[in-house]
Amino acid sequence: MEIKNIKSRYLTQRVAIVILAVSALLVIIPVIGIIIYMIANGYSSLNWEFLTASPAQAGKAGGILPAILGTVYLMLGTILFALPVGIMAGVYLSEYTRANWLTRLINMAIINLAGVPSIVFGLFGLAVFVLGLNLGMSLLAASLTLAAQALAMTITTSREAIIAVPKEYREGSLAIGVSKWQTIRHIVLPQASPGILTGAILAMSRAAGETAPIIVVGAAFLVGGLPVSPFDRFMALPYHLYTVSAHIPGMPGEIKWGVALVLIAMVLFFNMLAGIVRIKARKR
Amino acid sequence: MNQVSMVTVNNKNNANVQPEGEARLRMENVNLYYGEFHAVKDISLDISSSSITAIIGPSGCGKSSLLRLFNRMNDLIPSARIEGLVEFDGVDIYQPGIDVVELRKRVGMVFQKPNPFPMSIYDNVCFGPRRHGIRNKRALDDIVEKSLIQAALWDEVKDKLDQSGLSISGGQQQRLCIARVLAVEPEVILMDEPCSALDPIATLKIEDLMRTLSASYTIVIVTHNMQQAARVSDMTAFLMVGDDRAGMLVEYGQTSEIFTNPKNKKTEDYITGRFG
Repeated sequence: MEIKNIKSRYLTQRVAIVILAVSALLVIIPVIGIIIYMIANGYSSLNWEFLTASPAQAGKAGGILPAILGTVYLMLGTILFALPVGIMAGVYLSEYTRANWLTRLINMAIINLAGVPSIVFGLFGLAVFVLGLNLGMSLLAASLTLAAQALAMTITTSREAIIAVPKEYREGSLAIGVSKWQTIRHIVLPQASPGILTGAILAMSRAAGETAPIIVVGAAFLVGGLPVSPFDRFMALPYHLYTVSAHIPGMPGEIKWGVALVLIAMVLFFNMLAGIVRIKARKR
Repeated sequence: MNQVSMVTVNNKNNANVQPEGEARLRMENVNLYYGEFHAVKDISLDISSSSITAIIGPSGCGKSSLLRLFNRMNDLIPSARIEGLVEFDGVDIYQPGIDVVELRKRVGMVFQKPNPFPMSIYDNVCFGPRRHGIRNKRALDDIVEKSLIQAALWDEVKDKLDQSGLSISGGQQQRLCIARVLAVEPEVILMDEPCSALDPIATLKIEDLMRTLSASYTIVIVTHNMQQAARVSDMTAFLMVGDDRAGMLVEYGQTSEIFTNPKNKKTEDYITGRFG
């Protein structure tokens, strides 16, 4: 009786494990599915010209170089603004503040910043950067807009990486007459840098995929020539993908999927890079 | 070696040092609170130079908190509040305008758990001097060699100065931490249970080192190992938790006196192992 009872418990456990494992495996299916489907449908359009030429015939021919470059510039511009501010805010919040109404307010602001729909960031960018600061519809305005959106992530990851630095290191440094700022600069930030960097890379790859906000602040479907100044309008992969998919009749399928493939390859590359940075840091 | 006896009294020639004349460190009616919690209650204590003073007592009696008052490490705890007078060379170190960074340079600290920085042995020792503005490579080399020799670690690491400070044994790591403190040329070294994470052999090495260093430095050590206090210290302070859970000083005197002829019944009970 007792023994039987235990056996049935083992059975329940086994069933539970199988259900849990299947749920976990379900996550893989869409990822693999999307990638395979995109490769199958889009790889035929991938060639040297596609990657290095400008579009022709409203995107039905030629390549997508301006869109690739535009996205790369956007990523760099985003991180150029979001990372320094993120690190400095992270240092301030983790090292120089105590729990009071101000820090609670800042924390709430960060959480809400992360929850603001991206199109709202677009409108914000249009009002503040494009019109308010008179930057015009431009790479710069779009970078600032995406940076504002990325801030929530860079601040949060910086702060968490800084807090994770063991207090023994800080104490060891302070206890030999090293100032707090020097301790942050020479002990805390180097220790936290892999975590900070991981967050920054993920923020960049998210910025690469944003579509809605950049439409409002300067992305264009077709721009003559490559962007050369931060005040130029620009093409970007997600917006290009949206337009060729939704607005150009008779667009060959492999071009749509080819654009999607390039975009996702860039995003996955950066996600992998973030993973490598994290693993390397853990080994150290 | 009389290892069996609970009490091995240090009979070094300077066992008669009295904390008389100019005290290096001084506490007068010091109270320390963490928020509502009264951690250290009404303690007065004089510590003379070039001696080793041991602070002993059962866990949670405020030994470490007391030690951290001398270099203001308690400042790191937001809720900490102090009353009374703590002096270093006659200067009230809690008065406004005191440069805490400069104070900690002169009153260095070694921690319970060896905490070398995740960088090379060389960089660990240089860390303080570099932050204090020494850039010259030759000068830094000299500091590293001198500090490691003083910390009795040079011979073991001189061929691997570029290896990580975390790659050496626990005992070596603790001596590296001592070298790191010595490199900034302090006058006082505070040690917070420096051997509690080490094996007996590493412990003896650190104790030998303390004796050697005591010729030129004022050392204050917190330990819950009574034999250690008896072996290395000149003066011993015995702390206990009072009825109100606050740590208070029960007895303070020469180590030989405390361990052979304690005046207070509680001290006697503690050192003979009747409690704690």
